[in-house]
Amino acid sequence: MNKFLFAPGHTACAGCGQSLAARLVIDASGPNTIVANNTGCLEVFSTKYPESAWEVPWIHSLFENASAVASGVEAALIYLGKKDGVNVIAQGGDGGTADIGLQALSGMLERGHDILYVCYDNEAYMNTGVQRSGLTPFSSNTSTSPIGSASLGNIRPKKPMPEIARAHGIPYVATASTAFIPDLQRKVKKAVSIKGPKYIQIHVPCPLGWRHDSSLTTQVAKLAVETGLYPLFEYENGALSAQRKIKPLPVEEYLKTQGRFKHLLNNPEQVKLIQAIADNNIARYNLKIEAENSA
Amino acid sequence: MKEFLEGSRAVAEAVKLCKPGVISAYPITPQTHIVEELAQFVADGALNSQFVNVESEHSAASVVLGSTATGVRSYTATSSQGLFYMAEVVFNIAGMRLPVVMTCANRAISAPINIWNDQQDSVSLRDAGWIQLYAEDNQEVVDLHLMAYRLGEDKSVMLPVMVCMDGFILTHGIETVDMPTQEQADKFLPPYHALYKLDVDNPMTLGPLADPDYYIETRYAIQETHKHVLTLLPKITAEFSKVFGRTYNGLIEEYRVKDAERVIVAMGSVCGTVKDVVDELRDKGKKVGLLKIVSYRPFPAQQIYEALKAIPKVGVLDKAVSLGSFAPLSAEIKAVFFGKKKKPEVISSFVAGLGGRDITKNSVREMFSMLTAKERSEFIDLKPELLKDTYE
Repeated sequence: MNKFLFAPGHTACAGCGQSLAARLVIDASGPNTIVANNTGCLEVFSTKYPESAWEVPWIHSLFENASAVASGVEAALIYLGKKDGVNVIAQGGDGGTADIGLQALSGMLERGHDILYVCYDNEAYMNTGVQRSGLTPFSSNTSTSPIGSASLGNIRPKKPMPEIARAHGIPYVATASTAFIPDLQRKVKKAVSIKGPKYIQIHVPCPLGWRHDSSLTTQVAKLAVETGLYPLFEYENGALSAQRKIKPLPVEEYLKTQGRFKHLLNNPEQVKLIQAIADNNIARYNLKIEAENSA
Repeated sequence: MKEFLEGSRAVAEAVKLCKPGVISAYPITPQTHIVEELAQFVADGALNSQFVNVESEHSAASVVLGSTATGVRSYTATSSQGLFYMAEVVFNIAGMRLPVVMTCANRAISAPINIWNDQQDSVSLRDAGWIQLYAEDNQEVVDLHLMAYRLGEDKSVMLPVMVCMDGFILTHGIETVDMPTQEQADKFLPPYHALYKLDVDNPMTLGPLADPDYYIETRYAIQETHKHVLTLLPKITAEFSKVFGRTYNGLIEEYRVKDAERVIVAMGSVCGTVKDVVDELRDKGKKVGLLKIVSYRPFPAQQIYEALKAIPKVGVLDKAVSLGSFAPLSAEIKAVFFGKKKKPEVISSFVAGLGGRDITKNSVREMFSMLTAKERSEFIDLKPELLKDTYE
């Protein structure tokens, strides 16, 4: 019987995309991995004393410092002569990555540590009750970007974190999704095989915060990719090396699955703006499957 | 061997003797010379250590947290705003029972911005769980660093230690220091063996969530360990004395206190100035003395009680304030005697030297002269011309 490195029995919500992704990541990286985890849902639901879901060495310090803690772990392993064969992963949610942890992450990337950073992107501060983060999508209804007579939800698009990571000149950047499991695990395995700093951002639905049924996690994540709103791509040494090609679906197909976008469904003008975001992704990352030549 | 050294160089050499495997720091005046010297040691191959140049003090503290958790002796240094910027990590390191050693080059806190010495930075972090030791001179700074690793890494302690040295006065002051040899240092300080660490051969979860069923006991445990340090530190200083020939109490130092009628209590480099004034006044037949606090955390209440219980007039010199309340050290010295039968008739409070205002021998003489039957709470050496009621 397979032993999971992220054991069942933790306290994540039913349908939690992050718990699924966290298990896929650590199982892909393997037992010779040390994990540094930012504060957030994952840390809370997996390590409530005296229990822990982690079958690998794992450390949590604070909300924003997993990148720096992992840097210290890596430096110590180098000093001990034990770095070869040991993967170091720093990981956190979107707020801990793109907002409060961005400085520490940037430092880690710039210094060239041999560390994989994994951002579990559920697009808001779910651990504190669905507040808006820098990775919350445009027009999303959150508890701090609520809809109202003067508001259509979050006023800004997602911060382009993969591009920001890439701009550090690191050897590998990728996006992934809980809906595409072999793709996700392939990317993790590839990342840990490359020496230097790596960044993977994984789209992880949160049924509670996104307001969809907990049985629909995979379908919702899949629609984000298939509409072009969450492009899956890889950058190797700064160049776009691969992308998941799609036959783009209209963004409404994705928006209508979730309560956080419900207010948009009778607002075609606002939906157009979101379609423009998807169209921009499709063009930028060359996502569209070209129509087969009928000749 | 006796060497004529800048304080920062002396600290760097002492840290080198302790062989930290990971060093991480972010530059801030007046800490910079310490970490520059260490970076040079590493660059020259004289020190086998991973030197991690970070983008902030928050990350400097986080790096040494991570490296110590991986079982490697680690070192950082900071000052003032830097210490405050790493404050949440400072508390976290103690809560995780990681025996990091940090030098705090004591400096005033902004605003107004001021790079000069007082002790507001480390004193403000007195509740973090760290052991805090204050050095009077550069010899003591060197020796306290060796003792800091020995103490913090003791299996019965497992707590971080902050060695506090007055910025510029000590960090940039050049003095004769008897620098220990590597052989002596190795004899006194064994290699670090972590009780728990991050190790793929023995996976462990460090830093879990503790709910109300578990949290308070973790804080109680640190409090109990601090009590234990009050008995352990004097034993460690006794061992230190055997190896290095220099004697310290480790908790406090009594200077001409025994028959004194007036005693000043202080921490750090100002103790040297107070000792000079004590000697001068003693030569004139005045019965005065100094009680130096070396260990501010743990706070050696019993030793302070024994030292001061028969002293009629005590003045506490703080190089920090708790704005809106009493000066921190003075409040704690008073607390030692609350409800006691034997106690000083008067405990006065003097705040001096903030933002690098020199505490001269005249300042100290003034404090001694203020130790009368009247209890006082004074700022020393204020400039009246700057204290106008209104400004144009």
